Formats: sequence, structure tokens, C-alpha cells
Amino acid sequence: MSWRRVNGGWGKVARLRAPVPAPLALLAACDGPQSVLAPAGPAAGRLTDLSWVLFIMGALVLALVAALLLYALFRRQRSPFPPTPEGDRRSTRWIVIGGVVFPGVVLSVLFLHVLQVERAAGRPADDPDLTIEVIGNQWWWGVRYLSREAHRVFETANEIHIPVGRPVRVRLVSRDVIHSFWVPRLQGKRDLIPGRVNETWIQADAPGVYRGQCAEYCGLQHANMALLVIAQPPAEFEAWYAQQLRPAAPPADSTARRGQAVFLESGCALCHAIRGTRAGGELGPDLTHLASRRTLAAGALPNTRGHLAGWIADPQTLKPGNLMPAVPLDAADLQALLRYLETLR
Amino acid sequence: MSTAPVIRPRDEEKAERFRKVWDSPRGIDGIIREINNIPVAHRYMASAFSFFLAAGLLALVMRTQLARPGSAVVDPETYNQLFTMHGTTMMFLFVIPFTEAVATYMLPLMLGTRDLPFPRLTALSLWTFIFGGLFIFSSFLFGAAPNGGWFAYVPLTNIEYSPGINMDFWDIGLSVAEIAAMGAAAEIMISVLRMRAPGMALHRIPMFAWAMLIVAVMIVFAFTPLIVGTLMLELDRKGLTAFFKPEAGGEPLLWQHLFWVFGHPEVYIMFIPAVGIVTHVVQAFARRPIVSYTLVVLALLATGFISFGLWVHHMFTTGLSPVAMGLFVAASFLIAIPNGIQVFSWIATLWTGRPVWRTPLLFVVGFIIIFVAGGLTGVMVGAMPFDAQVHDTYFVVAHFHYVLIGGVVFPLFAGLYYWLPKITGRLLDERLGKWNFWLMFISFNVAFFPMHVSGLLGMPRRVYTYPEELGVGSLNMVSTIGAYGFALGVALFLVNVVVSFWRGRPAGANPWDADTLEWSETSPPPNAQFERIPVVRSRHPMWEQDSLGPVDARTRKLLEPLDTAPTGWRGALVVSVLDGRPLALVHVPSPTIWPFVMSIGFVVLLAGALLDSLITLGVGAAITAVSTVGWFWPAKTERLAIEEIGTAAEADRLPLAVAGPLANGAWGTAVLIVVLLTALVTFITSYFYLGNGPFGWPPTAPDLRLPAIATVLAAAVAGAGFGLLRAARRVERKGARRLWTAAAMLLSATFTALSMVAYLGMSVSPSSSAYASALVGLLGFQWSVMVMVFVMMGVGAAWAWAAPRDPRGHGVAFNAALVALFSAASWAAVFVTLYVTPRLW
Repeated sequence: MSWRRVNGGWGKVARLRAPVPAPLALLAACDGPQSVLAPAGPAAGRLTDLSWVLFIMGALVLALVAALLLYALFRRQRSPFPPTPEGDRRSTRWIVIGGVVFPGVVLSVLFLHVLQVERAAGRPADDPDLTIEVIGNQWWWGVRYLSREAHRVFETANEIHIPVGRPVRVRLVSRDVIHSFWVPRLQGKRDLIPGRVNETWIQADAPGVYRGQCAEYCGLQHANMALLVIAQPPAEFEAWYAQQLRPAAPPADSTARRGQAVFLESGCALCHAIRGTRAGGELGPDLTHLASRRTLAAGALPNTRGHLAGWIADPQTLKPGNLMPAVPLDAADLQALLRYLETLR
Repeated sequence: MSTAPVIRPRDEEKAERFRKVWDSPRGIDGIIREINNIPVAHRYMASAFSFFLAAGLLALVMRTQLARPGSAVVDPETYNQLFTMHGTTMMFLFVIPFTEAVATYMLPLMLGTRDLPFPRLTALSLWTFIFGGLFIFSSFLFGAAPNGGWFAYVPLTNIEYSPGINMDFWDIGLSVAEIAAMGAAAEIMISVLRMRAPGMALHRIPMFAWAMLIVAVMIVFAFTPLIVGTLMLELDRKGLTAFFKPEAGGEPLLWQHLFWVFGHPEVYIMFIPAVGIVTHVVQAFARRPIVSYTLVVLALLATGFISFGLWVHHMFTTGLSPVAMGLFVAASFLIAIPNGIQVFSWIATLWTGRPVWRTPLLFVVGFIIIFVAGGLTGVMVGAMPFDAQVHDTYFVVAHFHYVLIGGVVFPLFAGLYYWLPKITGRLLDERLGKWNFWLMFISFNVAFFPMHVSGLLGMPRRVYTYPEELGVGSLNMVSTIGAYGFALGVALFLVNVVVSFWRGRPAGANPWDADTLEWSETSPPPNAQFERIPVVRSRHPMWEQDSLGPVDARTRKLLEPLDTAPTGWRGALVVSVLDGRPLALVHVPSPTIWPFVMSIGFVVLLAGALLDSLITLGVGAAITAVSTVGWFWPAKTERLAIEEIGTAAEADRLPLAVAGPLANGAWGTAVLIVVLLTALVTFITSYFYLGNGPFGWPPTAPDLRLPAIATVLAAAVAGAGFGLLRAARRVERKGARRLWTAAAMLLSATFTALSMVAYLGMSVSPSSSAYASALVGLLGFQWSVMVMVFVMMGVGAAWAWAAPRDPRGHGVAFNAALVALFSAASWAAVFVTLYVTPRLW
């Protein structure tokens, strides 16, 4: 088990018992980039602890019922037959105990525990001082860092950087259909609903990259709508933040300059914005610091020169149905454009 | 426990004539004129099972695609169509219709009667279901199968984001399931309440009948919001309204509420019949009555009731208020209790019985284990914080397949192994049956258990592929292998059925030595089912009664007209709801072509709505209208019945129920009114829900003058209704009937015209304002009700003039009066909502 933080007593119980029964051991071995069982923050930690409580309770009840059923079927010593009214009254008493009293008590206790977990996971201990707005689009995530000071607001896409150990408020809105924001190792999911503003919070306790994915079916490319949350030590985060605030640096060499011209004149700028240039399109992701990101097309591709070239040349093969049209460019223009985009750090 | 002897008729010649009346119609047109519950149920079961196989094949394609990360067996569009159609087909074209088909077959046999109360409705449901199912599947031919998921969340399914006709196929095609389910609900409810063997008091009806009664009531309350919701969606898609469009003040979440207020009870609508089936199998194979019948019935009632309070647990991640969420968590936990009672009752019954190992019992044992596992994960997903993690992941996919396959498909297979010998007259092979069970049980768990883990590892549902780095590749491979194994199990079942047709041992009347009435008849039973009406004195007549004949002279006398009779028409018995006292004879319609024609009319209407073609819509409406007239055209056999039996009750002679509260028609009208009331409540709730949004409304309180006059007219319609109720009681008061029906026609027409003028005077635009949509929704509902009053009163007036002495005219007048009273009450509610409340705050 790899989660770092265990909240309260339930976690200890879970840790002690989890490796024992076989299916649970199987689960415990499961460590993945989106694993609910490998929490990396206080909210997700609470939820994971609750999960283990539920799994253990469920396994015990299932074992109990199965044992009773099999015993009922195979026991040697049978009750008097045909059954007597006296015997049936006794059976009824057992039905009430097993079907009403037992689940009643267990579920009442569980209910109180669930409310407790909900309160703890629902809001952070300290009020967050950073608010990020996540904007759902078919099929990518707009990310806007909010601030009271207008000059400290900037936009990026599909990648959220947060400082380690600090709670971050996330405002959730949608520009088209319903999506759901879900980074399992940090927090449970919350929907992005057009016409509404939802809110959640995340916090990571260790530096790292936490993958998330849209969890509400949102159309053709729902499967390829991922995002990364990158938790950094505060100083590193501040540096990133400062860099993102800056407009794009002007192209330094002639190839990049040609690339910029291609960008502005071939239609890219109709949908994409690059701060510091005329490009102000809002339909697609903001590309001001594209080169600083790890993935392309909402997690569909790693951000390398080759993938970027392929994506620009033929986005419909790589992510069929996405809203980016293929841009017909000759080889030289494409190379120049790539050169330019690579400078957007 | 002795098997009750079946008394054979004495007068063979009379019996021959009696059987002939019930025989299936012959000739080529016989196929489409068939309305008797047994042959109709054969077709119903066969077609619903075909849809099960089709949906299963869709699932196999999906599992093939998902077997490896990043594979490209199908493209994303196809994949999205596959999962949408898989879910839609399993829910709407398999589970519900199949259960209804089993009930259509079994209920009259179990209750000791000869048919369902409305056989033409049975046939209409069947044909509509078959054509409608084919209509939805025909979308594959156009490459335009529905692709918005089986719960079709807006705005994704609205025209802006789903511009093709894919979702129109879904939305319009769904009306099929709605019509068929509603028809079956009315039928089942009235059948269980009124058409039982004498002596079968409420505390003696078989558990399956209890289950179906509860399900029928649930269908009325659950399907109505779905009908309203899909209507709103289709109107939105056609650009006529803006119920769900946020930019016009509409609310995407309203769809979710309407859908899940149907969708959650739906789960129990599918599951409760399974409880009934399982109870019968447990009783038959534990060789004893269920322990605590009363507790199980109460548990079913509680389940049905609580299931309407759970829908929000499908919406835990939408960000509603925490207090409301807490309540729904509590309700989700609460429903575990009635389910616990049922499970422990079965265990106690097996514990104290003498279990006999036959395939049906095997399936029941598999069911209990899988269902309990699914119920436990259900408690887990009901715990809101946990749900925040697993909602919309493969954990939930695993959960509901445990509940639906474990909780519904396994019991249905138990039921098939139990009842097919009754239906075909041949026993299924036990050895194949056991292989069948173990293959299905093991491969089910191989397929679906790993999905819990895939979900916990972060695999969302409805993704056409997943990256390798997610680490769920091998789990998915295992699931796929399990899915193929499960398909093999189903194939083995088909083999068993086919083989049993040729080589199965004859089943005899009661191969399991079971307890309920269906086992007193031959296998397969004749269309008429009971040549003599059985008399019930026990919950388990085949175990506890020496004879199924009447013991007292009066009952014998009362039932005499039904002993291998009537011979000129199809007759059955109605009894009192509580104690099963014989009340009257009823005329059961004979074979007719009109249900088939009407279903054709429906399909043409569907096509017209799909293609936006007014001509096609007109043709469909014309066919439907003609078939309605044909349907309600006075039947000769009913005339014969009235002459033979008469409508007056005497001391030792039962009357024929034709008009008024004794007739099944009035009960059907009552069900219709409950449906309308539910629709009204749905529209009013939607109005206030939308009005709560940020737009706030109405912009200005609508003018009161014309609506106030309309209110006076509605009150007058109610007055005419009351007058008609009084007049309908007496045959000789034809003058009063003519007056009141004509007055009600005039008043309802004037009301509708006036209210429409008032609406037009407001000059609002429903296509760009959710307020105007909600307004026109409510008014449109009211206008439809008034049109219904107008038509029914028209029929009543026709009878009053053409055949004033015919009691059937009184029946029509009585039913029309009931709807007229409802229309006035409904307007009162609409008036207060639209015109009074805006002036209050």
C-alpha cells in the first residue's frame, strides 16, 4: 500500500487487515496513475479509508450470507417436516434479526461514519488561497488561474499545476455539455454542468504527476479527455506561475518568425490564443506556453515534436471526431510552425 | 400434500363448443387477429428473448474492443452506439417486456382465470413492442443508431450536440416501451385486483402476482415522468421548446431528475418480479411454503415505496445541497432492509425445508449469492463520498451487472427452467441445465468481478479505449474471456430448449409437484385455461386442497354459467378485491385485427415524427383513428353476452359487468386518470423547478381575464360530469344523458379554444424561453385532457342517441364523466400554478 497519509483509526484497521483476504490483497497490489486505492492527498485519503471499511464490511456480510445459504442447503440434521407453526415463528424471528435488526444497526453506524467522511472530504481544513477555474469543452479542459488582480489571471489547458501541501479551490464550469472532473488520487469527482458553477478542492501531499480523466460521458471522444495535475514544491510552483503569466516570447529566429506567420495566417489563430500575438481564438486551448506542457490533445499524445507534427497534419486520425480540422500546410510551413510552437515555453 | 384432482366436464359436446370459442383464429389473418394471452405471450417471450440475444452480441463486440488497450476493432462512434443500444435494449426491449410476457402467460393461470382483462391491449402491446423494437434497431441500417447513452443526458443529446437522427430514434422509439409497459401495467393491475379465482383473497394470491401488482403500480408512477421527459426532449430537439437549454433559462439537471425518478424505480420494476419468481421456485424445491409470506409481501411493498426516494443517488456528483444528499444516502441504505428480509426468508425456507436439487433451484442459489454481492456494492455506491470516486466507472458497471444479471437474469432463467415445461409440455434436460448454470455462474463472475477493480484503478465507463499506463489491460482481458463464456452459457440454454422440443420428456400437469394453480392445468394449457373456474381455499391449493371444485351450493350455483361455458362468447369472472368474492361475469373480447392495425398506425406516427414529415404523421394519425373506431365498435359477442346473462344481479345469479364501477372499463379509466394525474404533477414540478433558476419568472404575471372565464367553463364541465354520473346509473334516463354529454362536448371545446386564445395573447416564444416552454407544457397537457373529454363525450352522446337502452352506452358515459371530473380538477391545479402563484410572490 502506497498512500502516504492515513486519517484516523479506520485507516489502521484497513492497513492491518487488507493484505489478509485474497481479493483484498489483489486490490492492494493495484497501484496506478488513476488508482482510487493510491491516494496522494487528504481528501482522497479519507475516501480510500472509507473504501476499505466498505470492502471489508461487504466481504464479511457476503461470506456470512453465503455460509448461511450453503448450510441451509446442505445441513445433515433437518428440522421437523412438514414444518410446524411453532418452527415458523422461530424462523420469522431469525428473519427479523437477520433482515432488519442486523442491517439496521450496521447501516446506522455506517451512515454516521459516511456523514463524517463527507464533511471531512467535502472541504479543506484551511481556506484555499488559490482558485483555479476548470472549463469543460468537447474534448479538452480549459484551465484558468483566477486572482482578484486582473493581471495575475492567465489561461492554460489540460494541465493544472498546484503547490504541494496547500488546498486549492477548483471552480467547475462547462462551455458545452456535462463533463466530470476527476483526479482519483486527489479527490472524488464533481460534474461540470452548463448553466451552473460547481466547486471542489484538491490537495496533494507529495510532489508528483496525478492523472485525471473526464468521468461523465460527453460524446465521441469522451475516452480521450484526460488532464494532469502536477504538484510542485512551492518555489517551483511560483516559478511556473510567473512564467505562465508572461505573454509568449517573440520568435527569435527567422524560421520561428515564419512559423508565427503561418500560425496567424493559416487559420490556427481563429481557434487558438497566444498571448502577446494577434491570435485570440477561444474555441481551442490557449497555446501561449504550449511547449511547457507534457501532453497534447487532452492527454491523447505526449508532447513531442513528432506527435505535434502528426497532430497538426492529421488530427482526425489521432483523435477521430475532435473539433480541430486538418490544416493543409506544405512541409516547410509545417516545420516552421513546429519550430515556432516549440519556442512557446 | 395431495395433488388436487381436476374435475372433467360431463357434457362433451358443450365442452367442445366452449373450447372452440377460445380457439386461436385460423387462416392467414389468424396470426394478426390473435389476442388470447397464451399465444400472444409466446410471441412476446420469443421476441423479447431475441432482443436479449441481440443486445448480448452488441456487448460481445464491446468486450472484444476493450480486451486490449488502444485497440481499434470498432471506431469510437460505433462503440458509443454499441453501449447506448446495449443498455437501451436490455432495459426497454428485454427485461421489462420479457417479464411482462411471463406475467401475460402466467398470471391468468396462477390466478385461476381465463385471460387478462384487456386482451386487445395485450395484442397491441405485443405488436407495438415488436415494430418499435425493429424501428429502433433499423437505425443500424442507416448507421445512425442512438449514441447518447441509455440515460441520454442533455445537453449532449440535444440537437446542438447530437445533430443526427440517432437520438431521435432513441427518443421516439422509446415511446414503444412506454406504450407497451403502460398497457401491461393497467392490465396486470386490474387482473390481479379483480380477475382471480373465487376465494383467492388478497392474503392468498401467489407471490408472483403480488410482485406484478406492485410493479404495475410502480410502472404507472415511474414511466409517466419518463414519457413527459422524453416528450420534452423531443420538443427541444425539434427546436420547439427550451426545457433543457441553459442559454434560454432551461435546466440540464431537470432531465436528470425526470430520468432518474423513472430510472431508479425502474431497477426495482425489473427486480421485484424476480423476487416473485424466486419465491415460487424456493417453495417448490424446498417442498414447503415460504416462511413468513406476510413479511415478504410487506418487504415488496416497502421496496416499491422506498425506490421512489432514491433517484438522487444517481446524481451525487452534480453538486446538490449536502443535506438533500444526506437524505438520499439514508434512503439508499434503508432499501437494504426489505431486501434483507427477502433474502433471509428464502434462506429460512430452504433451512426448514427439504431442498431438491434441480436446475431452477441452482439458478436461485446463484442468484442469491450474486445479488447479495451486488446489493452490498449498492450500499457502497449509496455512500456518497465513496460514490464520488466510483461513480461512472467500471465499479458501477460491475455493480449494476451484478444486480441486473444476478438479480434479474438468473431468476428469469430459474423461472424458465421452472415454467417452460408448463409452456412447452416438455421437461428440459437436467444435465445440460446444470452445465448451463455453472457456465453462466462462473463466467459471469469472471467477466464482472474484475470490473470492480478496473473501476477502482480509474477506468471510467463508456470509454471506447484506455491507455496502457492505466494498468487495467489484463483485467479487461479477463472480463472479455468471461463475457464469451457467459455467451456460451446462454447458447447452451438455447440448445437445451431446442433439444427438449424434440426429445424432452413429457412434463405432465405438475412435474415439480408445485403448489399454485397453473400446475392444475395440462402442459401446455388450452387457450381457455380453466374449463371450470377453480375455487381457492388456501395459499397453496395444489398442496392443501383436496379438490378445486366449489364446496358450498351457492358458489356452485354462482359459477355454473362458467362451467365449460359460455359457449357463444369468451367469458370470465371478476371478484371483489379484498376477499375474492364472485361479483360478476365479464365479456372477454374475441380475436380482432384492430390492435395490429393500430400498432401499424403507431409505427407510421413514429416514422413521421422521426422524419419531420407531416404527411406521414397524418397517415399514421388516420390509421390510428380508424383502428380506434374499429376497436371500440360494438362487438356482436358482447351483445350476445348481455342478452344471455343480463346486467341485473340476483340472489344466486351473477350479473354481467358492463357499465359503472363493476366493469373493468371503469377500472381502466381509473388507471388512466392516475397516469394523467402523475403527468400533471410532473409538469407542475418541472414548472417550479425551472422557475427556481437564475432567470426567475414569470417576467410578468400573465393576464387573468380569459383564464378566469376558462375556469368557469371548466367548473361547468365538472357539473356536466356530475350530472352524467347520476344519469348513467339509470337506463331510462336517456334525455339526461343526451343533455349532459352534449353540454360537456360544447363546454370542453369552448374551454380549449378560449384557453388557446389566452395563450396566444401572451405572445411568448417557447423555443427561446424555458418559462414559455413550461407554460405551454402545462397548457398543452390541459388541452389534451380536454380533447380527450370531448372525444369520450362524443362517443357517449352517440350511444345515447343511437342505442339509448344499451348498457354499454352507460359504461362509456360513466367513464367519460370520470375523465371530465378529472379535467376540471386538473385545470384548477394548472390555473393556480400559472396564474395565481405569480401574484403571490
